[in-house]
Amino acid sequence: MTKHQNKPKFRWHIVIFLAPAVLVYSAIMIFPLFATLRLALFTEIDQERVFVGLQNFRALFGDAVWSDQFWNALGNNFWFFVIHMLVQNPIGIALAAILSHPRLRYAAFYRSAIFIPTILSFVIVGFAWKLILSPIWGIAPGMLDAVGLKSLYAPWLGKQEYALTTLSLVSVWQFVGIPMMLIYAALLSIPDEILEAAEVEGITGMSAFWKIKLPLILPSIGIISILTFVANFNAFDLIYAAQGALAGPDFSTDILGTFMYRTFFGFQLQLGDPHMGSAIASAMFAIILIGVCIYLFGIQSRMRRYQF
Amino acid sequence: MKRTKLTAALLASTLIAGAATAQDVTLTIESWRNDDLAIWQQQIIPAFEAAHPGIKLNFTPSAPAEYNAVLNSKLDAGSAGDIITCRPFDASLALFEAGHLADIGNIEGMAGFSPVAKSGWSTDDGSVQFCVPMASVIHGFIYNKDAFDELGLEEPKTEAEFFAALDAIKADGSYIPMAMGTNDQWEAATMGYNNIGPNYWKGEEGRLALLAGEQSLTDEPWVAPFRQLAKWGDYLGDGYEAQTYPDSQNIFTLGRAAIYPTGSWEISGFNNLADFEMGAFYPPVQNAGDTCYISDHTDIGIGMNAATPNPEAATTFLNWVGSSEFATIFANSLPGFFPLSDAPVTLEDPLAQEFISWRDECESTIRSTYQVLSRGTPNLENDTWNASVAVIKGEESPEDAGARLQAGLASWYEPQQ
Repeated sequence: MTKHQNKPKFRWHIVIFLAPAVLVYSAIMIFPLFATLRLALFTEIDQERVFVGLQNFRALFGDAVWSDQFWNALGNNFWFFVIHMLVQNPIGIALAAILSHPRLRYAAFYRSAIFIPTILSFVIVGFAWKLILSPIWGIAPGMLDAVGLKSLYAPWLGKQEYALTTLSLVSVWQFVGIPMMLIYAALLSIPDEILEAAEVEGITGMSAFWKIKLPLILPSIGIISILTFVANFNAFDLIYAAQGALAGPDFSTDILGTFMYRTFFGFQLQLGDPHMGSAIASAMFAIILIGVCIYLFGIQSRMRRYQF
Repeated sequence: MKRTKLTAALLASTLIAGAATAQDVTLTIESWRNDDLAIWQQQIIPAFEAAHPGIKLNFTPSAPAEYNAVLNSKLDAGSAGDIITCRPFDASLALFEAGHLADIGNIEGMAGFSPVAKSGWSTDDGSVQFCVPMASVIHGFIYNKDAFDELGLEEPKTEAEFFAALDAIKADGSYIPMAMGTNDQWEAATMGYNNIGPNYWKGEEGRLALLAGEQSLTDEPWVAPFRQLAKWGDYLGDGYEAQTYPDSQNIFTLGRAAIYPTGSWEISGFNNLADFEMGAFYPPVQNAGDTCYISDHTDIGIGMNAATPNPEAATTFLNWVGSSEFATIFANSLPGFFPLSDAPVTLEDPLAQEFISWRDECESTIRSTYQVLSRGTPNLENDTWNASVAVIKGEESPEDAGARLQAGLASWYEPQQ
């Protein structure tokens, strides 16, 4: 009798409360993920699916037909990420610092105006910028002409050397609101006592930002970097909307997402190859996983946290 | 009692209705041409039903981009319609090989088609035919007649005349000589390389030799079109590198450009947009008096679902698609999409008449990259887009482009190894 009472009762309510989330998450995230990884190990021969082990990956990394495209896409993807890190995030932080200034007027208006592009569809952003930059109907050549800088204009989206950078900057324009909002929230959470204490010590203005606020928002900057990394390596929509699945000119804007799309679903006369496409998707997953792990174990665990 | 009577009446009416429909066979047509819905409902279907009582048609198109996927899943599930509109070449060949399309090589309606017309929908050796060719598009150049009159220019017949005309338009400066951009890439290959190319590789002769491995893409006939394309760059508008296909269409129909390299599918759209008179000329030949070759590209076919419960009715319909009655209705309601049969057809649109008249003057062929050659990786069609753009922009020499395409093709296509 006593034995019976000592044995802890199985707590069913935990299972029941967790079940909906676990089921939904498994069905729409875990299962497709593993199904994709599994699909990458097969190929289709004479209308039948055959297990071929790592052959798709050998082709992807070893066969010049595939590997050239893969490394080109990966390199472009890195450049896309670098531009975001160097342009989007510093501008986002600067905007947040300005917006959090207590004497700035119309701060709410600026905040919304800068954030609005983030909620626009990629298709609208891609199409609008294509028109703005168009050499034929666009306002960019006219505006440069008005200030006497017409010679600086080039059909940027059509030039191999500029197209990717141009699209990266369009993406920066669209998403600069995200780091701004996150940093803005982090800045607001810094207690006034700390800033006042610093003021007493004679640290004000710019040096207050560099010496007090920046170290306190570093964890947020870390989170933003990793969000940017994941979003950039999963990017696809903007390139597809602006340049199509062939990511012209001459694949100079091809990133992993467009490369995967073209392979998986096919394009024009190229028939889709779901197995090779899954291999590329798996490689993307691995790249993102490695990047996130480096951040989590290499950077975040060493970051100093301040308790208020 | 009352209730039983009612039930009986209902049952009886259902049975009668069932019996009535059983006499009429309804054929469902799968298609991606949702643009043509009105033409089918108002012209094609009434004409067929009037001539064939007892067979009803139901045209059910889906969005072009989704068609292949939708059709494949319907066929696998057994819920696809009786009649299937066929994409040309490998997409339909795959359906045939999977057992979804019936062999219809022996029906009467097939008699009036040439081997070029049939090539889009037959097995590689040409022995089995699985779709009736329905329509093709012809490539060429549309020009602004008012602009040509203003500058005192004639339709160019030879390459020398063509470039002389371009130079004259460029020197005058009031028109962009040629409206084409390289942003979307496909125009450079489709309206460039495959438009002017057949004159160099002598149409079917060169295309079949390439398929057989007797010619290669580094041979003169296949590099020469790139040499001509390399000269085009000077005559395209400012910033053509970022000019898209709709941009080019608008530039031409607004009257800002003199020549538009294109295909006949533009005719109906341009007729509504352009307020100047348009003319057309076929790709200029190298020397006066040479035989001209045109790309008369097979685009739409129509076949029978192998699993259809009504094969007789479907065969009747396919025979009718091969007749001159269908060809006339189709060609006149969709000027620019030309029927492929030898059956006589009268066209009303003058621009469409001009295009189709080239069939008597010139030899027909199809786009060189479409049959068999774009089956492997790297994909020859996509590579040709890329190479044509690079050549026009001067980033790659014609010889290098040819060598690159040949290396890609030889890497998987045995006859070229």
